[in-house]
Amino acid sequence: MAAPVAGGAARGCGAPSFQRKAPAGGSRLAAIAGTRPAVRHGQLLLSSGLPSLDSVLGGGLAVGTLLLIEEDKFGVYSNLLFKYFLAEGVVSGHELFVASAKELPANILKELPAPLLDDNYRNELGEEATAATSEDFQDSMKIAWRYQNLPKMEVSPTTSARFGHYYDVSKTMSSELFQSIKCHSFFLPEELSSQPTIKMCNMNCGYARLLQSIQKIIFQEGFDGSHPQKKQKNILRIGIQSLGAMLWGDDICSTDNPEDSHSLTKFLYVLRGLLRKSLSACLITVPAHLIQNKAIMERVTNLSDVVVGLESFIGSERETNPLYKDYHGLIHVHQIPWLNSLICDVSDTKDLAFKLKRKLFTIERLHLPPDLSDTVSRSSKPNLAESAKLLSSGCGAMAIGKKHLDF
Amino acid sequence: MFAELNELLNASPQRPEKGTFTLLRDTRTDGSFLVHHFLSFYLRAGCKVCFVALLQSFSHYNIVAQKLGVSLTAAKERGQLVFLEGLGSCLDVLFGEEQQQEQAGQPHPLRFISDGASDLRGLFEFVRTSLAPATGDAWPGRVLLLDDLGVLLSLGASPVAVLDFVHYCRVAVCSRLQGNIVALARGGDDSEDEENELLVTSLCHHSDLILWAEGLATGFCKDVHG
Repeated sequence: MAAPVAGGAARGCGAPSFQRKAPAGGSRLAAIAGTRPAVRHGQLLLSSGLPSLDSVLGGGLAVGTLLLIEEDKFGVYSNLLFKYFLAEGVVSGHELFVASAKELPANILKELPAPLLDDNYRNELGEEATAATSEDFQDSMKIAWRYQNLPKMEVSPTTSARFGHYYDVSKTMSSELFQSIKCHSFFLPEELSSQPTIKMCNMNCGYARLLQSIQKIIFQEGFDGSHPQKKQKNILRIGIQSLGAMLWGDDICSTDNPEDSHSLTKFLYVLRGLLRKSLSACLITVPAHLIQNKAIMERVTNLSDVVVGLESFIGSERETNPLYKDYHGLIHVHQIPWLNSLICDVSDTKDLAFKLKRKLFTIERLHLPPDLSDTVSRSSKPNLAESAKLLSSGCGAMAIGKKHLDF
Repeated sequence: MFAELNELLNASPQRPEKGTFTLLRDTRTDGSFLVHHFLSFYLRAGCKVCFVALLQSFSHYNIVAQKLGVSLTAAKERGQLVFLEGLGSCLDVLFGEEQQQEQAGQPHPLRFISDGASDLRGLFEFVRTSLAPATGDAWPGRVLLLDDLGVLLSLGASPVAVLDFVHYCRVAVCSRLQGNIVALARGGDDSEDEENELLVTSLCHHSDLILWAEGLATGFCKDVHG
């Protein structure tokens, strides 16, 4: 697919085909801190706060797009991703807009994880990584020598100096990092009680109010280019927590036939319009497991740019399953936008799992442990075969069936 | 414009067909490459195109079209392309209500979002006036491109209203103006969205040509998309 596209570009601009056309105003836009232009399609990318999620998304989150996270059952990891996103904004100097219906935004901001900015940590992690790879190298040369060329999914820490940082979950961010950051907040109970209710295009009142305040901030602070001479360009990071939950006044989580099934979809559409017209990016967490009407969830997926679903193993039988002992959950990437191009960068596997250590949240390709002997894990043999069927990239002999061969 | 697709459909820019309604469907994959194909095909064929783009912004289509060899900004300037960007104009409907009043004479095409009126009359009027034959324009054919119809359902229109809109467009464009309509509708057989299913099935019955982009049934594969 790449050759015709490159040929097309050559025909279109009349230049030799190996000359890479720089994105319009690329050098000017790259001066915004915390962003970098994408090589493939000339969009400006932000880091989502997790370098491994950035590599899954093809480099980062593009400015003007919407990242939707389907929450896991207890909201533990989606909350963490939400905080990583905001923390990345603080460290990069972007402006923040935090909206929530259940927690005070000020409290959310107090609990952001601390960034690891010192070099000591980077060296330490570098040593661990090299130690691990040298061991692997020894083993892989003997047994699985064909696999030693496969790349790992996570980005090594030494390369991500200015784009994408690592955070320590056990410490909170110190308040002096916040001093230069402008944070706007929207806490639904306060907003609803302060002003009389308005009716905007038959949308749920909470959503309408949120849209209005986002639009006001974008316009006033000039993110949509309306005050070009005012100050240096910056990015607005919008984080909305648990949209669609009952606290927003929407009943899609409680009934199969909600009264107003279009509020959430209209909200997302208008929000995307606002994002496209301004230098901002948005992360929304949605309790997808609670939404009863699956049609709405499909429409929501179609209307967002990037959709990532989290499935954690807490409380499910997979927690004790030896297959998954290294990981805390699975990540499903449901959708990646095909921006400005006919195809997109999709990673070559869809089986991704994440694990959370104190200082690192990594997303890796899910590996099944080798099936060593007949007697060891006999009770979990059916589980093995069934979960092997879930793997779409095919793990070879394990996906054959429930019976195992006796030799 | 993809040469292989043109050969398969036996179509060429020199002699585009007239009066056809083409439905683009996609399931488990993204069929928007077909929209880009038809957009560049009809612009090359020299038809006047009305593009109702509800899903992505103008610059997205522009950049892809440049890669395919057509420039949308140039086409817009010489009047060959009438572009309705859904994402941008819905902001005008919601936030710019004061300014729009004096421009009325015709209502805003996306007014149904805020009014809650269940018909898409404003949108149809927009399509009709933009494709109406005017003196001094040099483009023989007329084409209406819709991307995509499922968004209209998400924005609050009922499936019957969307079907009425498509029917009106067919009468106006296909039979009166001898033009073509190309519409994209998402959704598959196993989707849970019943309204969308209803819409897609009845459109299948009305269309002359259906191009269905389907993801691989066996799952995901990196090299082959569907």
